[in-house]
Amino acid sequence: MLQTFVQNILNALQWGSFYSLIALGYTLVYGVLLLINFAHGDVVMVGAYIAFFIASLLLGHYSFFPHALPGGVALVLTIILTMILTAAVGVSLERIAYRPLRRKGAHRLYVVITALMCGLILENGNLALLGASRKKFPEMVDKVVYNLGPISVTNLKIAVILAALLVFILLQFIVTRTKIGMAMRAISYDKFAVPLMGIPIDTVIVFTFILGSSMAGLAGILFALSYPILDPYMGLSIGWKAFIAAVVGGIGDIRGAFAGGFILGFVEIMVVAFFPSSYRDLFSFTILLLILTIRPTGLFGVPKTTKI
Amino acid sequence: MLLEVKDLKVQYGNIAALHGIDFHVREGEIVTLIGANGAGKTTTLYTICRLPPPEAPKLVAGDILFRGQSIVKTEPHDIVRRLHIALVPEGRHIFGNLTVLENLKLATFARRDQEKINEDYERIFDLFPRLAERRRQRSELLSGGEQQMLAVGRALMSGCQFLMLDEPSMGLAPLLMYDMFRALKRLNEEGMTILLIEQNAHVALEFAHRGYLLETGNIVLAGTSRELMDTPEVHKAYLGG
Repeated sequence: MLQTFVQNILNALQWGSFYSLIALGYTLVYGVLLLINFAHGDVVMVGAYIAFFIASLLLGHYSFFPHALPGGVALVLTIILTMILTAAVGVSLERIAYRPLRRKGAHRLYVVITALMCGLILENGNLALLGASRKKFPEMVDKVVYNLGPISVTNLKIAVILAALLVFILLQFIVTRTKIGMAMRAISYDKFAVPLMGIPIDTVIVFTFILGSSMAGLAGILFALSYPILDPYMGLSIGWKAFIAAVVGGIGDIRGAFAGGFILGFVEIMVVAFFPSSYRDLFSFTILLLILTIRPTGLFGVPKTTKI
Repeated sequence: MLLEVKDLKVQYGNIAALHGIDFHVREGEIVTLIGANGAGKTTTLYTICRLPPPEAPKLVAGDILFRGQSIVKTEPHDIVRRLHIALVPEGRHIFGNLTVLENLKLATFARRDQEKINEDYERIFDLFPRLAERRRQRSELLSGGEQQMLAVGRALMSGCQFLMLDEPSMGLAPLLMYDMFRALKRLNEEGMTILLIEQNAHVALEFAHRGYLLETGNIVLAGTSRELMDTPEVHKAYLGG
C-alpha cells in the first residue's frame, strides 16, 4: 500500500513537472501583458515536433546527413536547439500576431481571440504540412530503472522532475533578482510608467516570450521522451490543463504556476490510483473548482489595490 | 537652449488638445506651466516624453527640440536613456509590487556607470531620508507623500539632467508639499533644470523663475514668475481674486 503510494507520488511529480513547465509560459506572458496566450499549448506541440526532427537528424535518420552522433551528445544538442527554435516560434507569434494589435491599442479580448486563432493555425498548419499520421519519437536515452527497495524509478522520470525544479529556481532568480525580472514585474503593475524608466517595453516582452516558449520547448521534448507518440493535437488538452493549473496557482506568479502544476498532477494521479481512470478529469477539475471558489485569485495571487 | 517647443499641435483621436504652443526652457532654469484642468499641461509633458497613444496624444504638427535636435521621432525609452529627460507623472505611477529599493534600481536599467549610481542612491537618501528608512518595504505600503518622494527619487535614479514634474503637490499635506519644493529647489541649485506643472499657481510661481499660462490648449501668457503673479488673468483665475 505504502509502496504504491510512493510510486504514485513519483508519477505525480513527473506529471506535475509537465504541467508546471507549461503553466510557466501562461503565467509569465499573463503577468507581463495580461494576455492569456491560448496558443501556448500548441507551442508545446511545435516544440515536440521540432525536437522530433532535430533528434531524427542527429541520430542519422535522414539520408542527407547520415552521421549518427553519440546518444548523449545528440540529446544535449536536441534539448538546446529545441529550446532555441521553440523560443523563436513564440517570439514570432508575438511579432506577427500580438504586437501589431498592441500597437493599435486593441482591447485585450481581441488579442486573446487572436491567440486562440494562432493555436488553431499551428495545429492545422502542422496537419497540412505533415499529414494526419502520428510520429514516433526516436529513443534517445537508454531506459535505466533504479530500484529502491520495492519502488522503481526511471532515469527519465528523475530527469523530468529535476528539470522542472531547476527551471523553477532559475526563473525565480531571474524574476526576483535581476533588473529585467524587475521590469517584468513592473510592467504587470503599471505598464504606462515603464518607458519612463528608460526601459524598452518590447524588449521586456520579447524576453518574456523567450523564457515562456523555451520552457514550452523543454516541456515538449521531455513529454515526447516520456510518451513518444506525437500528433498535431497533443498540445490541446495538456495546454488547457496547464492553463487551469496556472490560474489555480494564481496566474502571474511563478510560484503559483509550479504549485498549480504539481497540485493538478497529484490530483490526477491520485484519482486514477483509487478510482476508475474515466473519473480523472471530473474529480480533478471539481477539486480545482473548489480551490478557486475559496481563493478566486489563486493560491499565490493577491488582489491588486491602488492608492490614490 | 535646452528645450524648445515650436508650434506644437497634438490630438487625442480626432480631438485637438494643443493648438500650436511655443515655449522654451533654458539650462538651469525652473519653468512652470500653470493652468486649469484640461488646459493641456499633462498632454504637453506626455508629448515631450514621446509616450505612445492611447494614453498620450498624437503629434500632428510642430517640433520639439532638445539641445537643438528634434526629438519627435525618438522612442520613449531613449528620451530617458539617451537624452536624460525624466518625468515624474501625475499620480506617481510607482511600482507598488516592488520594494522602494527595487523601484529605484529599476530606474537604473539602462545605466552602466555603477559608481555614479551608488552616489545617486546616497544623494536620494540624503534628500529623502524617509526612503532610506523604508527601502525594504513594498512601495504600495508607503504613504502618499512618501510615494511622491519615491517617484521623484526614481526619476533622479534614471540619471536625468532635465526633470519634468506633473503636479508633485497633489494629495500632499501642506508641510510635506513645502518639504518637496525645498528638495526640488536644492536639486535646481545643484544644476538640475526643472519643468513643473501645477494647478496651485501660487506655489508654482513662488518656486519657478519663469512661467507660462495655458488655457484650453493655448499659451495665453508668458513671463517671469513676478510678472505673471501680478497679471490680472493669473490673479483672477488662480490666486483667488
